[in-house]
Amino acid sequence: MKKNNFLHKHQKTLAPLLSLVLIILITASVTPGFLSIRMVDGHLFGSLLDILHRATPTALVALGMAVVIGTRGIDLSVGAVIAISGAVTAVLTVNTDWPVWVVILCALGTGMLCGLWNGILVSVFNIQPIVATLILMVAGRGIAQMITEGQIVTFHSDVLDAIGNGYFLAFPIRVWIAIGMIVLTVLVMRKTALGLFIEAVGANVRASRLVGIEARLLVLSAYVFSGLCAAMSGIILAADIRGADANNAGLWLELDAILAVVLAGASLAGGRIYLLLTIVGVLIIQTLTTAILTSGLPAQYNLVVKATIILAVLLVQSPKTRQWLSDFFMKKKHAENSRTGNPDTGKGSIEP
Amino acid sequence: MSQLVNETLMVKETVEAAQSAVRPLLEIKHLSKSFTGVQALNDVSLEIQQGEIRALLGENGAGKSTLIKVLTGVYPRDNGEILLDGSLISASDSGHAQRLGISTVYQEVNLIPTMSVMENLTLQHQEKTFGLISWKKAEIRARELLAQVGLDIDPLRQLDTYSIAIQQLVAIARALSTQAKMLILDEPTASLDSDEIKQLFNLMARLKSEGLGIIFVTHFLDQVYSITDSITVLRNGECIGTFKTAELSRSDLVSHMVGKSLEDLAPTAHDHSIKRERTELLQLNNVGKQRYLQPLDLNIAAGEIVGVAGLLGSGRTELCELAYGSVKPDQGEVTLSNHSLTKSSLRRAIQVGMGYCPEDRKQDGIVAELSVRENMILALQASKGWWSPISMAEQQKLVEEMIQRLAIKTPDMDKPIGELSGGNQQKVILARWLITHPALLILDEPTRGIDIGAHHEIIQIIKELCEQGMGLLVASSELEELVMFAHRVVVMKDHHKVSELHGDEVSEQAILRTIAS
Repeated sequence: MKKNNFLHKHQKTLAPLLSLVLIILITASVTPGFLSIRMVDGHLFGSLLDILHRATPTALVALGMAVVIGTRGIDLSVGAVIAISGAVTAVLTVNTDWPVWVVILCALGTGMLCGLWNGILVSVFNIQPIVATLILMVAGRGIAQMITEGQIVTFHSDVLDAIGNGYFLAFPIRVWIAIGMIVLTVLVMRKTALGLFIEAVGANVRASRLVGIEARLLVLSAYVFSGLCAAMSGIILAADIRGADANNAGLWLELDAILAVVLAGASLAGGRIYLLLTIVGVLIIQTLTTAILTSGLPAQYNLVVKATIILAVLLVQSPKTRQWLSDFFMKKKHAENSRTGNPDTGKGSIEP
Repeated sequence: MSQLVNETLMVKETVEAAQSAVRPLLEIKHLSKSFTGVQALNDVSLEIQQGEIRALLGENGAGKSTLIKVLTGVYPRDNGEILLDGSLISASDSGHAQRLGISTVYQEVNLIPTMSVMENLTLQHQEKTFGLISWKKAEIRARELLAQVGLDIDPLRQLDTYSIAIQQLVAIARALSTQAKMLILDEPTASLDSDEIKQLFNLMARLKSEGLGIIFVTHFLDQVYSITDSITVLRNGECIGTFKTAELSRSDLVSHMVGKSLEDLAPTAHDHSIKRERTELLQLNNVGKQRYLQPLDLNIAAGEIVGVAGLLGSGRTELCELAYGSVKPDQGEVTLSNHSLTKSSLRRAIQVGMGYCPEDRKQDGIVAELSVRENMILALQASKGWWSPISMAEQQKLVEEMIQRLAIKTPDMDKPIGELSGGNQQKVILARWLITHPALLILDEPTRGIDIGAHHEIIQIIKELCEQGMGLLVASSELEELVMFAHRVVVMKDHHKVSELHGDEVSEQAILRTIAS
């Protein structure tokens, strides 16, 4: 009984986690050596590390996306912001002799400016978020192309190399950066009044106004945060390939990020968001991508297989499916009980 | 032998004829429904004849809406049978129920505001020519349906350009479009004015004469006595009984509904005067807003409770909103303890001691997904600003105190507030303001939608707060409640203040007379 209650209470948390574990186990059974981790020169290597390494850009973007979705919004422009900040990083590294930390700050600042633009459109001009951010989604790649003058700009910088592919304490540096951001965001959202206000505004904007919460600035700051996260992601992606590709950097990443937030059980209608589960969602998506690539499946099947498995995960999470499952088990239990002539024992353990 | 067969046949026919003569239109037998641990309906049985208007009455939480939802298949039932016209039915959803002959019109109009009246009326069944929608036929059909409810409006106009009353009648027209045998009206009069109610009642009388059975849910006892034939009273999920309207006195009806006799309910003599010296808190000088509220004056002193009475739509809520500042007046001055608030932000108003529990708890009060604790500290934290957070220990202390003080029933303070009962939600919202230590608290319908026990407790809390020196502005549709605690009552009518009753003038009769005059 107690265990049942626990399961019931944490159903939401368990579904994405179980899905991730299942996907990893299935892949491991298909691909030998998937779970093995080696230590080479004090660096960890292996498919699981590779997944973490590749998941960082999406994880960062998904963090910002989760906060924006918490305010009832959505940010479609993150892919374009990645391209812009990547372009800024590359062009400044190549064309100036500024110290690298200034370059990075400039790139981050550009991302926040992009977020500010989105935020102003949404919270000052009251344009629907999907439309407001669509503008920058379209224009942003154009801006990035203008910055790189249509070329793929390649650069060399030791610090950026380290951010892209370096190691610290056995783990990739970029994974540490992502972990730092995750911890910071969780702290702000869960332990500060700012996080409380953002969630309150997302869940009930009218009630929040009546207790004196000014929604405008909060919504604005959510978009600025999303822009910052996208810019970090853009720097890492540019550092990874030592160049800025305005056309392809972060392409469709916004969709992966939205998917991760939804996999975590958040509602696009705003309110409670689940940051750590969002990261689990990112890992589900990245594990699938990596698993399909390493399984030797022909490349043309990748997208369809990925979509199918994600659909399955979402179906498992839908309340309707859970209702069906619980009805199914209830009937089964009832049938068993009536056979044993003991009608009452089954009751109470399954909630309607 | 053949004669015997003939006789048995004849007997059988007469029995059947007799049965159909008395056979009720709708029979509900031993209906039960429970939700996690709560018995919402317990062995409810009732019968409704053709051409009968039945009032379904009960306090909040009595099981009225559960009964309707089980009838129309929105909730599955646990036990019991439903027979319509003698045959067993089991609706799977409200659309199915409507096809079976049970149509429901809800309090919140269940139509699509941005579509035309015609499109709304023909949404479920389109008139077609060669398989394509014929809008010409649809318009004719729409006009027929509108005529049926006595409406002469343009069916091509967008629905939301019409008043709520007309939308309600359109909803009824649509409910009748499917050869309904039973019509369920769930609080249809809540947002109608008296002329519109008359129009609705004429329609109900006509439908009744056409043999329809009608279940009428309402909170207005006057309406029960002016239109219904019989009354079924529910209380705590049980059917207390069915009575002929003409044979049941009002006092008996109320006793059945609340489960107490009127003597128990009679308000104890209440001293309407304040004993302390007047320190003015809230001052409204000629405060008004065009098309919202006529300019009015109002003063509230410390330790004083001012009631706001008036019918629905008379301007009670509007007065509260202007006083609080959630709607800004376009003329006049609002001051609280000598701070001018006419143009200030709500945050500023809260900082100088204003608090407001809105009427619509779900929409404007609770943040359903957040926990009890988070909901409770929201106003205090907002007035401090996000940059000066209340520590978790401090939060827990404040919340724990309030849970004790207001006897809030919740397993723990981290439970989402949406999962609490209405009365406990209301207490949390009250607590939200109490921890900001307001000088003046505005309560709009503080006891709406909560059970009778919590109702009593909240009134007790209001009295205590007043004794501690808080000023209160309480708007309520329940006069007996206002009379119980108010030192003064402002009577509103058609969006202006018609009168202010002081001290011993405050009585239900006086308020009613003022409203009626």
